[in-house]
Amino acid sequence: MAAGEAALRQPGPVPGDSRGRLANLRGRMSVAGSRGGQVGIGLVVAIVAFSFLGPLVYHTNQVTVQLGLATLPPGAGHPLGTDASGYDIVGRLMLGGQSSLELGLAVSVATAIVGTVYGAIAGYLGGFVDALMMRVVDTFLAIPSLVFLLILVNLFTPNMWTIIALLTMLSWLATSRLVRGEVLTLRTREYVQAARVMGSGSTRIVRRHLVPNAAGVIAVNATFTIADAILLYAALSFLGLGLPPPHADWGTMLSNGLNYLFDGYWWIVYPPAVMLILTVVAFNLIGDAVRDSLDVRLRRR
Amino acid sequence: MTGYLLRRAGQSVAVVIGLMIVTFIMIHLVPGSAARSVLGVRATPGRIAIFDSTYGLNEPLYRQFLTYLDQVVHGNFGTSYLLQEPVSTLIAQRVPKDLVLVGISTALALAIALPMGIYQAVRRDRLDDHLLTGASFTLYSMPDFFFAIVLIAIFSVQLHVFPPEAPSATSLGGILADPRALVLPVVTLALVTLASYSRYMRSSAIEVLAQDYIRVVRAKGVPERLVLSRHVLRNAALPVVTMVGLSFPNIIAGAVIAEEVFNYPGMGLLMYQASTSHDFPILLGCTLVIGVATVVGSLAADISYAILDPRVHYGRG
Repeated sequence: MAAGEAALRQPGPVPGDSRGRLANLRGRMSVAGSRGGQVGIGLVVAIVAFSFLGPLVYHTNQVTVQLGLATLPPGAGHPLGTDASGYDIVGRLMLGGQSSLELGLAVSVATAIVGTVYGAIAGYLGGFVDALMMRVVDTFLAIPSLVFLLILVNLFTPNMWTIIALLTMLSWLATSRLVRGEVLTLRTREYVQAARVMGSGSTRIVRRHLVPNAAGVIAVNATFTIADAILLYAALSFLGLGLPPPHADWGTMLSNGLNYLFDGYWWIVYPPAVMLILTVVAFNLIGDAVRDSLDVRLRRR
Repeated sequence: MTGYLLRRAGQSVAVVIGLMIVTFIMIHLVPGSAARSVLGVRATPGRIAIFDSTYGLNEPLYRQFLTYLDQVVHGNFGTSYLLQEPVSTLIAQRVPKDLVLVGISTALALAIALPMGIYQAVRRDRLDDHLLTGASFTLYSMPDFFFAIVLIAIFSVQLHVFPPEAPSATSLGGILADPRALVLPVVTLALVTLASYSRYMRSSAIEVLAQDYIRVVRAKGVPERLVLSRHVLRNAALPVVTMVGLSFPNIIAGAVIAEEVFNYPGMGLLMYQASTSHDFPILLGCTLVIGVATVVGSLAADISYAILDPRVHYGRG
């Protein structure tokens, strides 16, 4: 599923009132308390351990192509078999997991930074500047992200950094909109006025008072962005617009493997699919749990 | 409310103008490659110059944009580099097919999501609710191309129930004449939105079930079936139906994938093919049409929400 769906996951505006540092803290504590959040965190820990610690105990050759070992079914020596280049699937999953997770995390951090800065500026300045900045966001949001990518990948030679930059360009929009909404309600609060009366400059108010109080919204969105980025990149590599072969990630493994599904090589296709889906589910569960725990209106039910 | 609607309409116009500027600038970031992709990598500089002047690619950007703006207003989206046909003709051929695909699959998604959401709301926190939530989470987190291929593997390769390709006919009538071939693309696209609709419907229905008027209706002795179908469904579906308008970009993104997998001759496939051949006029035209449709969709969603729900009042802000 394509990205830009963070908007869909937010039923209406996230209420901005009765939330401060204390509520944030309470929210963070109850994330670990919700069932979905626990499952999500457990899954993420397991997947990270598998991808980053796995290669330390499970050594495989992921460098040289060995056609003699190609498409071996699961069995002794290769628990999940080998792919068309003779790479061990389990080892490949670990390697692919590293880049998929790194990609998701990088896009998420970049998105949070860009979206927060943009949204905070628009929300704090208000008026004409805000209207103009938001119309820019609306404009980009009106173009489906996959359509946007179909155009953009033609303008850049794909490598890990351009892919991260492209995915960030698409996902900061929703974040900036949410942060702007938060800042808009926060900036009229008494403590912000008090800070201003005491002589705080705009930069200080935005940095010390507005952004930290919008942290909950930013965190929720950053979590969803990880899931979205991994999925969107998978769609991109399916359309043949991903990174070239020596690179390994679950999306590429999955879309390359699809060619072999009809030949009966199911072990090339389903393992990366399962890993990818589990990871995306896990981050969505965490995101949902964080949002529910921050959302006062929902917590009551 | 009139003021609000006028302001929303004004914003939409601004966004449409923004769309034209953005897509235009973006697509002209690499002017040279259009000629190269059409004439081949070995094209001589002279032929490239002729190509560029034929399509006005050597003029200053702002002049090209004004020309483009003038053309668009007159319904002219330029000529495809590769297919040598007017883009407006190409798009006009594809739009009805997309309406069929998107329309049927959205109707299917809603037909499943609305009852499913109510059922989950009624059975909240029971085992079946958790199972359905798990199912929609999994669907939601699944790459749609993977889902499409698995459908083909099961229903076409194994069971031979449905063909793996969309109807091959180019005319709309030909496509509708072969409904079996439509099944898999429609199901794929429906599942793109089903998960988010049903989750949204669930939380909306939970909210409605807690309202006093539902308690009143139940106290009057109305059978539960009627309470759900007449009172809960209508009230809870309102925000979901307006959300359909807002989810348009996601549906289109899903359509690009579904059309690529099933070779369905819609706008998504056209765009994908244009992207691989650097056919900028097509990309520009399609992006504009989709962007404008998105803007109109979200405007329509807002307006219908304001009209349908008398409790909604918009102040300034």
